[in-house]
Amino acid sequence: MMNNLIILPILIPFLTAIILLFIRKSVKAERIISVLSGIALVIISGLLVKEVLDKGAISYALGGWAPPFGIALVADSLAALLVLFASIVVLICILFSIRGIDEIRVKFFFYPLVQFLLLGVIGAFLTGDIFNLFVFFEVLLMASYGLITLGGSKAQLQESIKYVLINVISSAFFVTAIALLYSVTGTLNIADLSQRVAEVNQPGILTVIAFLFMIVFGMKAAIFPLYFWLPGSYAAPPPVITALFAGLLTKVGIYAIMRVFTIIFYHEPQITHLTLEIIAVLTMVVGVIGAIAYQDMQKILVYNVVAGVGFIIFGVSSLNEAGLFGATFYLLHDMLIKAALFLLVGAIMIITQTSSMKNASGLIKQYPLVGWSFLVAALSLAGVPPFSGFFGKLYLIQGGFEAGQYISVIIMIIASLLILYSVMRIFFSVILGEENHASQNEKANIKGLLYPSMILLFLSFVMGFGAEFIVPHVANAAETLLNPEIYIEAVLKE
Amino acid sequence: MEILMSITVGVLFMVGTYLLLSKSLLKVVISLMLLSHGAHLLLLTMAGLQSGAPPLLSLGAESYTDPLPQALILTAIVISFGVTSFLLVLAYRTYKEHKTDDLDQLRGSADE
Repeated sequence: MMNNLIILPILIPFLTAIILLFIRKSVKAERIISVLSGIALVIISGLLVKEVLDKGAISYALGGWAPPFGIALVADSLAALLVLFASIVVLICILFSIRGIDEIRVKFFFYPLVQFLLLGVIGAFLTGDIFNLFVFFEVLLMASYGLITLGGSKAQLQESIKYVLINVISSAFFVTAIALLYSVTGTLNIADLSQRVAEVNQPGILTVIAFLFMIVFGMKAAIFPLYFWLPGSYAAPPPVITALFAGLLTKVGIYAIMRVFTIIFYHEPQITHLTLEIIAVLTMVVGVIGAIAYQDMQKILVYNVVAGVGFIIFGVSSLNEAGLFGATFYLLHDMLIKAALFLLVGAIMIITQTSSMKNASGLIKQYPLVGWSFLVAALSLAGVPPFSGFFGKLYLIQGGFEAGQYISVIIMIIASLLILYSVMRIFFSVILGEENHASQNEKANIKGLLYPSMILLFLSFVMGFGAEFIVPHVANAAETLLNPEIYIEAVLKE
Repeated sequence: MEILMSITVGVLFMVGTYLLLSKSLLKVVISLMLLSHGAHLLLLTMAGLQSGAPPLLSLGAESYTDPLPQALILTAIVISFGVTSFLLVLAYRTYKEHKTDDLDQLRGSADE
């Protein structure tokens, strides 16, 4: 009976979104309802995380049809943790949006779209059925199309055309991949797929399908040859929407890669996981090259998103306990810290009225809190020991060494240094330095814009210092990823 | 029969890919429609095209066609319909704002 807990994280944003559709004119009511439902969702998903740690992976057969015939919702530690962190990120972005987004956008369904985005993300994390995963992907993509075009400025229209096109193509590929997989195995349930693929020991055709899935999820996650749509389209919408995207969207693609390549296609690691390793390293390299090449704060962060994807995929490619532990930990940390950085830069952009680093400097005199928060976020992103980025990278490195990926690990360490350089460049030129005219204007009103990112930074700090709270959960997630039997047993139990 | 369908799907994908690489925005939208047609046909084909009754229990036939892919296609059609209509409106709006449907001219920074 407690199993019904698993469906609440999907129902809450769904019902909230529908209620919000009816009250679009009253901005205040929309904000209050969004915040309340966000808090409720964080509490519920916290309970779910605890439940999963205590009792093992939960599976829930929708409509009472036993899997593999019905659709199953599955919450193992990884999915539950991601649901919790996604709802935290969305709650924080809603808090930021109270001051950070104009009323016109709110009146044209900003909050319902955010809730639908959250619904798609959480559904994608919790589903145990590959076609249902496709449907939830479409839910979140449709909401993201709405969010990225909302406002309809010239730049937004131009970039969102590309964003929509690339995602429609990847959706067509997704359907194709599902069609091929169904014709080989005859099932859509992930646990059942895992069993059947294991029975036939993944012949060549299944490896080909695995690569098709890699392309599909790679387009969503922005891995190396498929990342080119991301820098433009993430820089176009307002900062709070970019923060939502950076915190959630690519992470869903990464999660799908983690799932598919640890539970279904793990029989030919010398082909699939070697490719993943090469792609991961190239993703890191292009990410840091972009991050150090630009003079634009948003662009720098956007390329850091790409580099972060590389780190997590690298952990998946190691396919051992340390690597998957590191990937999970880094994924969770990355959700928090990327959202925090984009929100901080959003606040900075409201002060300086520009996202270019050239026209702004010396913010620390008037806005010390912004400056020091940014420093903490930057150090955490680079993985300096007391902060949360450190543990993830430590385990990624350990996993890499255990799997004998020495060159990749060295590239990863260099990439981390360059990431530190790219964000410290923002710190030194925008935050420190001489005050210039852009920052000498009368104090810009950033009341209420700062505390959401402070909360995220605090959480990231807790993740670093109080790692013992979260380590059992992450270890449990890594264990489930490494042993598909646990997942299969939870879903297909008698 | 499956071979013939596979070739058809291949042609659809080929034409779709060709149009996708063209300059005109409208041709790109058409290419996406063709791509989704290809994907849906592939879904139907890949489930097997054995002959059997339509999946209606009242027919009382000996064997039925596979009902699952038909449900999947129905879902995928509705989704791609929604996305396509959004894309068409987006293309119309972009044409209004930018006064062009040439994708080459929609590159670079739009603020200039």
